[in-house]
Amino acid sequence: MQNVDWPTIGFFIALVFFGWLNIYGASYNFDQTSIVDFSNRAGKQFVWILGSIAMGGTLLLIDYKTYDLLAYVAYILMLLLLIATPFLAHDIKGSLSWISLGPVSLQPAEFAKCIVALAVAKYMSRYDYKLRGWRDLIVPFALIGVPALVIMILQKETGSALVFAAFLLVFYRQGMTPHILWSCVAAVTLFILSIRLSTIPLPIGSGDVGMVSCMILLMAIEIFFICKEHPKRWQLPIMLAVIAATYGIGALINIWWVVPFNWMSVGIVVALSIYAMIISLYYRRYSLIWIAVFGLVCIGYTQVCGFVFNNVLKPHQRTRIEVLLGMKEDLAGAGYNVNQARIAIGSGRFFGKGYLKGTQTKLQFVPEQDTDFIFCTVGEEWGFFGSLIVLLVYLFFILHLISIAERQRTIFNQIYAYAVASIFLFHLMINVGMVLGVLPVIGIPLPFFSYGGSSLWGFTMLLFILLRLDAARMDQLR
Amino acid sequence: MINDLYYKRRYTISGIAIGVVLVYIFRLFYLQVIDQSTKDQAETNALVKQTIYPARGLIYDRNGELLVFNQPIYEVTITMRDMGADWDTTGFCRCLGIRRAEFDERVAEIKDRRKNRGYSRYTPQVFIGQLKKEDVATLQESLFLYPGVQIQKRTLRDYTYNAAAHVLGSVGEVNQNDIDNDAYYSRGDYSGRDGLERTYEKELRGEKGVKVLMRDSRGRMQGSYQDGEMDRTAVAGTDLTTTLDIKLQMLAEELLAGKVGSAVAIEPKTGEVLALASSPAWNPKVLIGNERSNNYNQLLNDPTKPLMNRATQATYPPGSTFKTIQALVCLQEGAITPKTLYACSGPSSTPIKCTHHHGSPVALDKAIEQSCNPYFWCAFRDMIQKGGMEIHMRYEQWRSEVMAFGMGQRFSDTDLSEQSSGNIPSARFFDKHYGETGWKAITIRSLSIGQGEILATPLQLANQAAAIANEGYFITPHLNKNDSMLSHIHYLNIDKEHFAVVKDGMHRVMIYGTGRYYPIEGIEIAGKTGTAQNPHGKDHAIFIGFAPVDDPQIAVAVVVENAGFGATWACPIASMLIEQYLTGEVKRKDLRKRIGSAVLNERVKKW
Repeated sequence: MQNVDWPTIGFFIALVFFGWLNIYGASYNFDQTSIVDFSNRAGKQFVWILGSIAMGGTLLLIDYKTYDLLAYVAYILMLLLLIATPFLAHDIKGSLSWISLGPVSLQPAEFAKCIVALAVAKYMSRYDYKLRGWRDLIVPFALIGVPALVIMILQKETGSALVFAAFLLVFYRQGMTPHILWSCVAAVTLFILSIRLSTIPLPIGSGDVGMVSCMILLMAIEIFFICKEHPKRWQLPIMLAVIAATYGIGALINIWWVVPFNWMSVGIVVALSIYAMIISLYYRRYSLIWIAVFGLVCIGYTQVCGFVFNNVLKPHQRTRIEVLLGMKEDLAGAGYNVNQARIAIGSGRFFGKGYLKGTQTKLQFVPEQDTDFIFCTVGEEWGFFGSLIVLLVYLFFILHLISIAERQRTIFNQIYAYAVASIFLFHLMINVGMVLGVLPVIGIPLPFFSYGGSSLWGFTMLLFILLRLDAARMDQLR
Repeated sequence: MINDLYYKRRYTISGIAIGVVLVYIFRLFYLQVIDQSTKDQAETNALVKQTIYPARGLIYDRNGELLVFNQPIYEVTITMRDMGADWDTTGFCRCLGIRRAEFDERVAEIKDRRKNRGYSRYTPQVFIGQLKKEDVATLQESLFLYPGVQIQKRTLRDYTYNAAAHVLGSVGEVNQNDIDNDAYYSRGDYSGRDGLERTYEKELRGEKGVKVLMRDSRGRMQGSYQDGEMDRTAVAGTDLTTTLDIKLQMLAEELLAGKVGSAVAIEPKTGEVLALASSPAWNPKVLIGNERSNNYNQLLNDPTKPLMNRATQATYPPGSTFKTIQALVCLQEGAITPKTLYACSGPSSTPIKCTHHHGSPVALDKAIEQSCNPYFWCAFRDMIQKGGMEIHMRYEQWRSEVMAFGMGQRFSDTDLSEQSSGNIPSARFFDKHYGETGWKAITIRSLSIGQGEILATPLQLANQAAAIANEGYFITPHLNKNDSMLSHIHYLNIDKEHFAVVKDGMHRVMIYGTGRYYPIEGIEIAGKTGTAQNPHGKDHAIFIGFAPVDDPQIAVAVVVENAGFGATWACPIASMLIEQYLTGEVKRKDLRKRIGSAVLNERVKKW
């Protein structure tokens, strides 16, 4: 036990305790009784906290080999439970993810993260496993993809499913090509550009600013790589001149006929891709082929984006994105939460209104203020100062987890530790980003802060298994 | 670990974590430190400021009689969003005794944002205002059955006496202009619109209180904010004691009934206005409550112009009453002495004929007694053309001494609102009219007998009487008894020794002259009648006077429009007012009845 990482336990206790205070603050009412009155949420959370401490202690007592040993079995059982859940669950706000056990409800998806992390760690730490290429990622992706799809499709819990994207960071650390991360960045950028600006028509011809700006971005990327790889320096001015001339002629023709600038821009990107391929074959710079393919795939992607946004997303999801991108101001509907959260946090000013003195959270202007929107209470009652400290504590906690991960001697431990750090980071990013109006509203909890037994116990399990593995790292051979 | 090719990627991952947190810190800094808009939004979100209306100050007369007080009225308000689907409209209508159709109509009116600009589903809207206690009693008992309905108490003015409407003024809803000019007011507030209510608005209105309540996201009240730290209790308005003697005031209005005119009584030593009556008047009760705007419009359109306060706003040529000023100014300037004699040829006198028959030549005391026009023409001529001095200078000297009586200008240091300035024409006026060298005393001779361009308000006439009674000064006439105005003393440019002869002359008017028919037993009155020629019809009857002669307690001026001789109508009214004030009653019951019931103008309506 002397090997247990006490700083982590310190972080754990600090976050849970401060979270508990804020749950009391968020659910505090004027006829409020004590913080440990079990009829209110802070009292209930107190019970959950006691449970989580007991659970943490138990997890520390279990032999560290058990986790490795039972990873697959647990994974299979967990998958069965996830599939069974929608049939056992009753509908809570459209979500089928809760199982009632007497007086309490549990959300199996919260525990799935931990078990998936163990299974992935077990698979990727096999002696004959080496991450060389995309083929080696098929199984790990399947390990995270299957539960994610079950949760998303059967349980209708998009938020909990998205959390599995955190594993991309784990794979990246283990050697996955960074291009996948870059592709994610590109995908998000292109999505936002094409959707946000698609409603603005071009001043001349037909077409919209969204598509044309996406294509110009792609042209810039392709030109950059072509110039980087191509030995001749005169490429750049020629390419720019040709593109400018094309648009100029287009504008000229537009006097007589309406020119579809969308398709003209797509054409230019296609032409650049073909040019890149020719150069790559001619000069044997084969990496340029990937640039060409990237350009073509992105063209397809932008077309798909528009289609998915307009035809596949559910109306409420579409509205959330529109509100987030500032295309719609729907303060009574989809924008209500975000706007009220902004008001609550903003009205806290620098030092906050004082504990239990926030008017916005007390008077229930912010929905879900003790669960997903708990950070509002922090912002309103503790101000910028308090919010800053909470964010910094989280940051140091995550950085500390990364350093724990780095000191592990087995790949199993390291992968698991990175999974823990990534999941916490992902939750922090999505939850706080949502509350601050930077990211769309995706309902996932803020670890240790949000009210709820399942999430608290899920995170406790995640963290204490890591602590157990870490405590035993000295016993393990390399 | 061995062969860890990707060791450096830990920094990328740490960098991502640091980057995300940094972005959020910047966002928080923007929201909580830079962006100022959220604070107000949060307050309008969660805090409701409920106004507590203070009781308006009461108004008393000089003897402590209550004149104006407050009656409680009730407003029924409805917060639309709290009306559930099962809201019992029928029962509610029965409670208030209204028909269902009326209810629907009123609700539609409230919800119409064109008519009700401040409409919100979340705030209480006035459904019916100005109800009596008994009207809301039934509803009060079953209020719990109607969520969203509140009964709010406010106050309305009420009056003990049907008198002094012009002086007291009225209270009405503030207009946009008031709201823009004074941050104290908000829509739906009441303020004094005229008279004392307006002059003393700041004192009478008190200080509105506020109760800051918290409202949750469903619009339900959740108690007071910060334990009432930001609440302010309402401060009731200050009571006002006026200088009016309500009995005197009521007598004046009684005697003026059926006539168009006014009466003003002043206590000379203090400048306190004892009565300020204007006829036609109205019952102050008609300008309160729901009927206010309707009645106000009727008053506005009445051809006899009851809304005009004739005592302070109407201007008349002072006629013979002006001779008292004329005498004093001429004495002061040495144009005459009490022994100076002028000839009078009666009605055949030139350039101004005399309307009375008396011996000739006459001295000043007799000239006042008999209201001898030729005497005052000669005195005026000698005053203006004395010693061949420049006429402009002499005229302006005369004018400034006349204006020292308060003539030709408003009293600026008083609480009497709605005054007219009257007129004492300037030399420049005549220059314009006749050319700089085109006029002499003879040109403007009608001024000598108070006709022509001279105009004075009844208030100025009463003040003139007070100034003569005081022998050389007056205190600005005013209505607030609490505020001693003794420092607002205005000296005339007339030496004290000149007053004896004028006072004597005025005393003789009441014994031998035009006022001899209305003596009061045991009280010596000094007075002067006047009959002001009026291009629009019959002459105006005017009287000024004070009593008792040797220790004046009251100075009065009475004007009855188109009544003929001053001696016939104005003098008896003044005489009875003096009697009432000095003895507490009017013994001449028959005279009181005869004058009070006489109708000289049929269009005068008693409100």
